[in-house]
Amino acid sequence: MKTSKILGSAALASLLLALPAFAQDAAAPVVEEAAAIVDKGDVAWMLVSTIVVIVMTIPGLALFYGGLVRAKNILSVLTQVFLGFSMIAILWVAYGYSLAFAGPTEGGLSAFVGDFSKFFLSGVTLDSRAATFSAGFELPELVFVTFQLTFACITSTLIVGGIAERMKFGALMAFLAIWFTFSYVPMAHMVWAGPGLLYGLGAYDFAGGTVVHINSGIAALVAAIVLGPRLGYMKEPIAPHNLVWTYVGAGLLWFGWFGFNAGSNLEANALTAVALMNTVLAPAAAALAWAIGEKVTRGHSSTLGAVSGAVAGLVAITPAAGFAGVGGAIVLGAVAGLVCLWAVVNLKPMLKYDDSLDVFGIHGIGGIVGALGTAIVAAPGLGGYPLGVPEEYSIGGQFMIQLTAVGIAIVWSGVVALVAMFIVKAIFGGARVPESSESDGLDLSSHGERAYN
Amino acid sequence: MKLVIAIIKPSRLEEVRQALNSLDVHGMTVTEVKGYGRQKGHSEIYRGTEYAVHFLPKLKVEIAVDDALADAVSTAIRDSAQTGRIGDGKIFVLDLLAVTRIRTGETGAAAL
Repeated sequence: MKTSKILGSAALASLLLALPAFAQDAAAPVVEEAAAIVDKGDVAWMLVSTIVVIVMTIPGLALFYGGLVRAKNILSVLTQVFLGFSMIAILWVAYGYSLAFAGPTEGGLSAFVGDFSKFFLSGVTLDSRAATFSAGFELPELVFVTFQLTFACITSTLIVGGIAERMKFGALMAFLAIWFTFSYVPMAHMVWAGPGLLYGLGAYDFAGGTVVHINSGIAALVAAIVLGPRLGYMKEPIAPHNLVWTYVGAGLLWFGWFGFNAGSNLEANALTAVALMNTVLAPAAAALAWAIGEKVTRGHSSTLGAVSGAVAGLVAITPAAGFAGVGGAIVLGAVAGLVCLWAVVNLKPMLKYDDSLDVFGIHGIGGIVGALGTAIVAAPGLGGYPLGVPEEYSIGGQFMIQLTAVGIAIVWSGVVALVAMFIVKAIFGGARVPESSESDGLDLSSHGERAYN
Repeated sequence: MKLVIAIIKPSRLEEVRQALNSLDVHGMTVTEVKGYGRQKGHSEIYRGTEYAVHFLPKLKVEIAVDDALADAVSTAIRDSAQTGRIGDGKIFVLDLLAVTRIRTGETGAAAL
């Protein structure tokens, strides 16, 4: 969870920090409490985290998806991710950050969204600060803005996986812009901003199980259903054209995910190390679980299974990264690996939707497993690190809160995605490319290029 | 003159090349092809979807030879390309009407 209380004035800061001074020995000289400090180690870490999360998207996610589509469509995927990232980055600093993290702390719509007070980062100066989870330590607000930018970008571009190989490029960009504005931004506000509805409920979402994964997973599912399946889906083979790209992409995703999860601690301290370690263990357990699951059900484990398992584990540990202990991370990862394996192998053909690259199966379902599982693994008795007083932690109570957050995320994202798809269909006269373009491949028909000459 | 076309398993190419070398046949053209005969394909599974792959990778070897050498070449290919398992391939012999060496302009048997 992220609280973004912007302490713009030193007076306010010293007022808050003077309170503990009253607890000191009255005979001791009254020492002026220092204002909150900005630790260069924290800032350096956060800047690095920001950069590695960008690598998660470009080229991590791009290649992960790129290898999974047919050769004639790889450039379309790479370009959708690249330009999608670029567009959302600008929209974020234009109004996304403001609506997600600025605005009144109570009243009006503050439970759901902020305001435009920081439109184009107006008022955010070199001296503006963002809070961390440790009293007395702050970050330059600009660091927080840019870190959060990377989250907005990857969440939005994740959706590309659900609509791959058949959507008009312009329609996709418009869809992402609308969905970002009406689903990502409010969800980020609700979960991570002080006045947010789910923050207030006490939902645990360390790095974005709901805001990022469930949010994008549901959107991809809805978009895939509205778009309809690819030509020849379930009739002719549509196999990945280069799993080596997918493997490289998965490696870069894992690499960047350390910034995603551990950077969400906003500081460089022991809890950051917990989140980092969980980001190794959960995907490792998940990859093994998926591999074993495949071995048992179909006779052999596969490369695609191993990397898909790892991604499922990374997704599941995202909300739990700073809450789970070692055992919890391993178990959560293993469970996510098996559940997501079931989701892509059994659930998808059962429901017949063409979520081309399993964004719902891995990010949606993995996000749900992770969000709900967080309630369990955060339990101090299981080695977890809950907020508040450990003795008062209730798995059942937290589980219900998580369930509420998951439910709201699913409904909110689903409705926005549905409306956004209908809007772009209307504007673009259909969101799908013509059949001949789909057969020729989007690289040629949408971008006039061939990846492999 | 004859054109001998052999569809063989990719793993047998080196043996075939050596066998033909010992017959003093020093030129051939090799193409990567896909095909099937009695050898069934295989299935591949990617996440949740299983694909039956009917076409198997093979190599097509084409050699232009004198009529007198055609039988020996066919036999040499057959012996070197054979593994005994289904999918070893086939050899076709076609009549070749004309041959020209591009560099010198020679034609007929002199161009082989």
